[in-house]
Amino acid sequence: MNGFLHQVIAGIATGGIYASVALALVMIYQATHHVNFAQGEMATFSTYIALTLVNAGWPFWLAFLATVAISFCLGVMIERVLMRPVANASVLTHVGVFIGLVLVVSNLTGWVFDYTVKPFPTPFHDGPLLGGLISGHELGSTAVTLVVLGLVFLFFRYTRLGLAMRAAAYNPASARLVGVRVGWMLALGWGLAAAIGAIAGIMVAPVVFLEPNMMLGILLYAFAGALLGGIDNPGGAVIGGFAVGVIENLGGTYIVGTELKLTLALVIIIGVLLVRPAGLFGRVVLSRV
Amino acid sequence: MLLDVRGLKAGYGPTWVLQGIDFAVAEGGVTALLGANGAGKTTTLRAVCGMIRTEGTINLAGRAINGRATEDIVRLGVAHVPDGRGTFMELTVEENMKLGAITRHDKGVAADFERMFELFPRLKQRFRQQAGTLSGGEQQMLAIARALLLRPRLLLMDEPSFGLAPLIVQEIFGIMARVRDEQKVSILLVEQNANLALEIADHAYLLETGRIVVSGPAADIRQDESVRRSYLGY
Repeated sequence: MNGFLHQVIAGIATGGIYASVALALVMIYQATHHVNFAQGEMATFSTYIALTLVNAGWPFWLAFLATVAISFCLGVMIERVLMRPVANASVLTHVGVFIGLVLVVSNLTGWVFDYTVKPFPTPFHDGPLLGGLISGHELGSTAVTLVVLGLVFLFFRYTRLGLAMRAAAYNPASARLVGVRVGWMLALGWGLAAAIGAIAGIMVAPVVFLEPNMMLGILLYAFAGALLGGIDNPGGAVIGGFAVGVIENLGGTYIVGTELKLTLALVIIIGVLLVRPAGLFGRVVLSRV
Repeated sequence: MLLDVRGLKAGYGPTWVLQGIDFAVAEGGVTALLGANGAGKTTTLRAVCGMIRTEGTINLAGRAINGRATEDIVRLGVAHVPDGRGTFMELTVEENMKLGAITRHDKGVAADFERMFELFPRLKQRFRQQAGTLSGGEQQMLAIARALLLRPRLLLMDEPSFGLAPLIVQEIFGIMARVRDEQKVSILLVEQNANLALEIADHAYLLETGRIVVSGPAADIRQDESVRRSYLGY
């Protein structure tokens, strides 16, 4: 029983990472109707920035904040420089740009920070807590994730800028007609997504170790979570992310074994697309043709 | 003239829908743009707002605005109640109204909210409701409130009567007359219901397949039997 409970709690801890990345995916999806395949690679790159700062002697949380700020700026720049020119292009053009972005960021990461696997420090006391039920890092990273998700929610729900960003994502034409600068809202969305991804990367790196492909599997789980919750629903995607974390952990421990865990993500993705394409909390969009 | 348009061509693809039209909107009145389906009325409003490709000159209070981004034109004081009402369906009535005033940083916004509740008491009842659940008439009211909350100098209205019950249409036109008198806003009104539009308008233009064929004081056009018969069909 204790083992089961531990698996659930550990699942929630990794689920928080998936939830963050899922939220980042959904934020860009809502505004552009495209999934940013490069979200994971961007987060990995950010995590390397954090490691570089920590190794240069910066206090951990200062390095954390600086990394989040730098990632935000990089996200804004990617939208302005790469995505802006193809904003009205076809879906395939977007897919091409995203794949290019994955390759460029991933190789840039390896080239700048080299390909060896590196340990990443945790800022939390890393021993077992509550009689081995949860580790200090699991507890700390879950707390950070929840705080981040809460802040993002408050930002979108209660601030002027958050409202303008939601308006730009839901109905760009109408948003322009009330004076919202839709292009910039999109760029800010990319910045925020990159910042959230960076936090997820920093929180997961102590567990999985840092290497250029660190986020590959995580992105897949996050995508499964986003689909499960509803790719057009940020709250749903977050819940989906947590759910996938728990499913992955329990499934890996009791059903398929750790080697086949990633398959679970694919099973969820295909299952959701077959049974309920809008996800658990997504809107079913009907259109006349 | 608040809005002065010369030789305006506008369209969506390689061809022009508007074939070079001249018109103007006087300060503080209602100018109506009439015409059948496909005459180019909606296109004209979209052109003024910079939503589509244009040629020619569009001056707002003596300042050229053609070629500018829609959001910049809006920030100069041009509000648009668009074709289809442009409701943010997923957001609440409150959020829709806040968006109307999103470019404003003055202290008068709260008072303007109260004024909108006075004009449209139903919006107060529905304040926390998701805008997508409103009826067509309520969404039209919301669209007008959203536009007025910008405190515009020029209000562009695209077929406010479209798809609404006659009683609601009466109500909305009554409110438009009040707004014109009390708020010093100039209105460019696009309507298919010519009878209704000519009642409220001071000046009117008649569009036919991208060209202005008749223009003059609304009262004269209303009297002119031949114009009425051949273009307005009543």
